[in-house]
Amino acid sequence: MKALRWGATALLILAALAAIGAHYVAPAGYEHQFRESPGVSPSAQHPLGTDDLGRDRFARLIYGLRVSLILAPLAAALTTLMAALIGGIAGYCGGWVEGCALVIMDLFLSIPWLFLLITVRAMLPLNISPESSVFITFLLLGVLGWAASARIICAGTRDLLKSEFVWLARASGFSGFKLLRLHLLPNLRGTLLAQFWISIPVFIIAEANLGAMGLGVAEPLPSLGSLLRELQNVVTLRPEPWRFMPLLVLIMVVSCFQTLLNKNEVRT
Amino acid sequence: MKRFLLFALALLVGPLAFAQNGGELRFCINSEPKTFNPLLAQDDNSEVIRYLTAGVLLRVNRITQKPQPELATGWKVLDGGKRIRFKLREGLRYSDGTQFSSADVAYTMQQLMDPALHSTTGDAFRSAEGKVTAQAVSPTVVEIAFPAPVANLVNLFDTVAIVSEKSPQKETATLGPFYMAEHKSGSYILLKRNPNYWKKDAAGRPLPYLDSVRLEIEQNREIEALRYRRGEVHLINTVSPAIFEKFTADDPSLVRDAGVSSDTEQLWFNQSPTASLPDYKRAWFTSTNFRRAISQAINREDMARVVFRGHAKPAIGIISPANKFWFNSKLKPHPYDPAAAIKLLQQDGFHQENGVLKDRGGHAVEFSIITNAGNRPRENMAAMIQEDLKKIGIKVSVAPMDFPSLIERISDKLNYEACLLGLVNADLDPNSQMNVWLSSADNHQWNARQKTPATPWEAQIDKLMRAQSSSADNSKRKQYWDEVQQIAWEQEPFIYLVNKDTLVAIAPGVKNAQPSTLRPQTYWNVEELALK
Repeated sequence: MKALRWGATALLILAALAAIGAHYVAPAGYEHQFRESPGVSPSAQHPLGTDDLGRDRFARLIYGLRVSLILAPLAAALTTLMAALIGGIAGYCGGWVEGCALVIMDLFLSIPWLFLLITVRAMLPLNISPESSVFITFLLLGVLGWAASARIICAGTRDLLKSEFVWLARASGFSGFKLLRLHLLPNLRGTLLAQFWISIPVFIIAEANLGAMGLGVAEPLPSLGSLLRELQNVVTLRPEPWRFMPLLVLIMVVSCFQTLLNKNEVRT
Repeated sequence: MKRFLLFALALLVGPLAFAQNGGELRFCINSEPKTFNPLLAQDDNSEVIRYLTAGVLLRVNRITQKPQPELATGWKVLDGGKRIRFKLREGLRYSDGTQFSSADVAYTMQQLMDPALHSTTGDAFRSAEGKVTAQAVSPTVVEIAFPAPVANLVNLFDTVAIVSEKSPQKETATLGPFYMAEHKSGSYILLKRNPNYWKKDAAGRPLPYLDSVRLEIEQNREIEALRYRRGEVHLINTVSPAIFEKFTADDPSLVRDAGVSSDTEQLWFNQSPTASLPDYKRAWFTSTNFRRAISQAINREDMARVVFRGHAKPAIGIISPANKFWFNSKLKPHPYDPAAAIKLLQQDGFHQENGVLKDRGGHAVEFSIITNAGNRPRENMAAMIQEDLKKIGIKVSVAPMDFPSLIERISDKLNYEACLLGLVNADLDPNSQMNVWLSSADNHQWNARQKTPATPWEAQIDKLMRAQSSSADNSKRKQYWDEVQQIAWEQEPFIYLVNKDTLVAIAPGVKNAQPSTLRPQTYWNVEELALK
């Protein structure tokens, strides 16, 4: 099990390094259209061949990975922060505050988020750059994804408030922010970390879903989601293994996060 | 010996006879037809039923593009297009056995032109205020009179299904090759051979050869292609270039390229004065030099080769070369010439600074293109335009969006800068494009519903469009249309990109198929189709 975690960590580090050094790893660039060679098989010049427009698939995969690996954790951090804040306050205050917060959480959980994302994306200015569009996409994912985590934090906070050491802390004169900072937050850290790790693959897949519908990251910037669109057409899908690389990389990244998540859950 | 010869002859002729008769042709329609009343058919699927079941006075041959006799043996246009007289075939019967006569034609026209019916087929005949009258001169002669000349009068009868006045089945009694026998909602429609169909082949055998046509209701184009590949359906009217290539690789006999179609793919800029655009951008978009420069900076050859895998041609203008009569052959494709594009832009005060194109006021030239998400060829075309325009220093953002949002933006809110869409030209006669080219029209996309024409060239197009629509003389109309095409070619309110090829799938077991670039591409001669 330990070896598996080491392997997952090593793979993620390798992927992150490749993504950060994309300019050196894939000098062809993700947007250049080699129009004389669209849809070609792998070669020394194009290790994963080219897509329908003649763009280097390897470069697009590396840059797409960069988008997902940088922005999914950021969105996860945002969602965890919002969940900690809203769930923590709701659990700590209890009573009508918790009641109201739970109603809002239920409301957020019941909203068909995919349609909401599509609607919000459609309302964005048309002239935003691809970089801004991808940032906004993940920001939306982060802002809309907090409810499930907040419920868990709320329940966790409520349980902690009933625990003996909190009673003891209260009896010793701790209350308010001090109680939250010194006793509640450190004990919620495991739950928060677990929520953070869970959210990363969820957001990567959510972006992939949006991208697969053509509503994620704007052209020509690639993302794992937009790269998966090549696999949508079951009739035209050819038995060319290199076309499946984005899918394999997505599975690898999500599995690695899942492996690390198990480790964190064990710690929790 | 005699017996042996007879046996040999039977062996030889038997399979041929078998090949020519019977069987069920199957293909998919993408949703339930909205109506089975042929006079009200408006959507594609209702039109499929109408085409297969209805008897018409004449039919436009999808290969020669010329009208040919059907229920009428001949016709004469009188009074400069204000009257038409048809001579009808004798002794014909509807599918339920009811006798056909000129009274049915008169009845059909009365029904069709009844304002309460709201028939779009009928609307095409409304050339001016006033009543359309149809009179049965004799059992085999009928005359129809219009208040003013009707453009494209003869060809319009291609879509007029002649319904029976006396049949108890009313519009479900047909004069066409098939009649509707069964309908399972959401699943299939079964059409059976009309036993009273009048046509015979050259050998005198009754047509159609097929016993039935089964229309499977299948929304998903992917599944349609898979079903075709499995042999469950025999025809697909249009396949994508990607599927065409895949099928060609599997078995070249599965698909055919019928040649360049009359459909267009075009880009246009929002020139509406009410659009929420900064003034400097409106100035760019209303400048002819700007639009022509953009047009010249787009590599259409690459687009046709890369996006459509060679199954498209660089577009020239409003009318595709596939439309043999109406295409203005003097027009040539806009050349790909970025250097000439920059020169044109310089005439309008644009200049380049560090590779960025700027206007007189120092604004960097950048705009967004909206298109419908999920349409891969269009998204790819937009990506190619983005790359091409980058070479002359223009930054383009591509914004694919769901179709309803896109229609709302281009029709109502007008909050967009440029749009990439296509136009399906089902009708050969360009008169059907009145709702696009008149400056007051709703579909005059770049600047719709103008009270008075915004530019002299739009005023000139209005004048020519009105002149052609009120004339029945096709040679005169052609002159008007040539001029409209010339103006549109020079002004480029629509930057035409490519004309896609008509790519069809016809199972090798279907005999006598002659794919056409016009709808219905694969089964326009359905009565002659046979299964091996």
